[in-house]
Amino acid sequence: MSRRLRMLLLALGGAGFAALFAAACLELPHFGAARHPYGERAVHAALARHTANVVSAVNFDQRAFDTLGEESILFAAVLGTVVLLRQTRGERQVRPEPVAVARPVRRYSLVMVPVALLTGLYVVAHGQLSPGGGFQGGVVVATALHLLYIGVDYQALERIRPVGGYEVGDAAGEAAYLVLGAAGLLGGSAFLANTLLPYGTFNTIPSGGTVPLLNAAIGMEVACAVVVLLARFLDQAVEIVDGSGE
Amino acid sequence: MSVLPYLAAGWMFLAGCYGLATSRHLVHAVGCLAVCQSSTYVLLLAVGYRTGGTAPVFSDVRPGSRPLVDPVVQALTLTDVVVGATVTALLLALVVQVAKRHGTVDPDELSELRG
Repeated sequence: MSRRLRMLLLALGGAGFAALFAAACLELPHFGAARHPYGERAVHAALARHTANVVSAVNFDQRAFDTLGEESILFAAVLGTVVLLRQTRGERQVRPEPVAVARPVRRYSLVMVPVALLTGLYVVAHGQLSPGGGFQGGVVVATALHLLYIGVDYQALERIRPVGGYEVGDAAGEAAYLVLGAAGLLGGSAFLANTLLPYGTFNTIPSGGTVPLLNAAIGMEVACAVVVLLARFLDQAVEIVDGSGE
Repeated sequence: MSVLPYLAAGWMFLAGCYGLATSRHLVHAVGCLAVCQSSTYVLLLAVGYRTGGTAPVFSDVRPGSRPLVDPVVQALTLTDVVVGATVTALLLALVVQVAKRHGTVDPDELSELRG
């Protein structure tokens, strides 16, 4: 298809979309309107189960089954990336050379590693109370480990990051979520129903029934998944070279 | 203008589509897809907004003391962000392989069949 024809098609489709979308927007409830029937019911349900962060309550209590699907998408995507980015025929692995890092960068990143790790774990642990949760905190934990790559070098990162262990952790996080769901089933209720544990005191860490546990399972899975993902991409950039190119 | 935030989401989507159609680099195309996805975040959050509303988190707000924005669409946006990130990772892995196999990342040069 020539470039001209493609632009013509795009202009046609874009104009059609713009017209239909604008027409639909005019029929939507006004921006900032006070009527949110689903939102009000979600807030009510979250308060009934002593979960201070309503978004977490929606994700891990009312829509816990959807979050299982979401988690499985992440799991499948990591699996796909691992398969796509494996070492292929005609490629070989080289040991990356240690490189000198500017002293201020090194010092700052070594100070920041424990701070960032702790922040990530805090965000996971307080997912049922304050903004955050397993997904956000897991990403912070995984990125914290990679500060070592910036501050020291690739070998230092590999020492604290045995990829095999994180692959197991990824699967264990996914499995923990399923087991918690099945526990609801065994407890005489529905799959992933939040009826098993006491709801606790409002606005304390052990509140919200299974919400903190599901948060922790997700946090573990996301942290491990991001570490495995980044490891595969870093391998491509740093370690794997074209065998014939040498 | 009470429809402006919705229209902004549509405009972002169209900008992403334009980038996808005219892209000359696959990484750029993946970035444009991320722009298209971001438009859905804006649309979802705009639908859930309430004038004067605060975050639906009660760690420092007494229940019932202030209006809240809709937590359901915020949870949907979180799902959206996670799925968007995984799709981006998978597509970038594909780009790495395309670059290795074909020696080019220009979508227009990838038309010939091989193998």
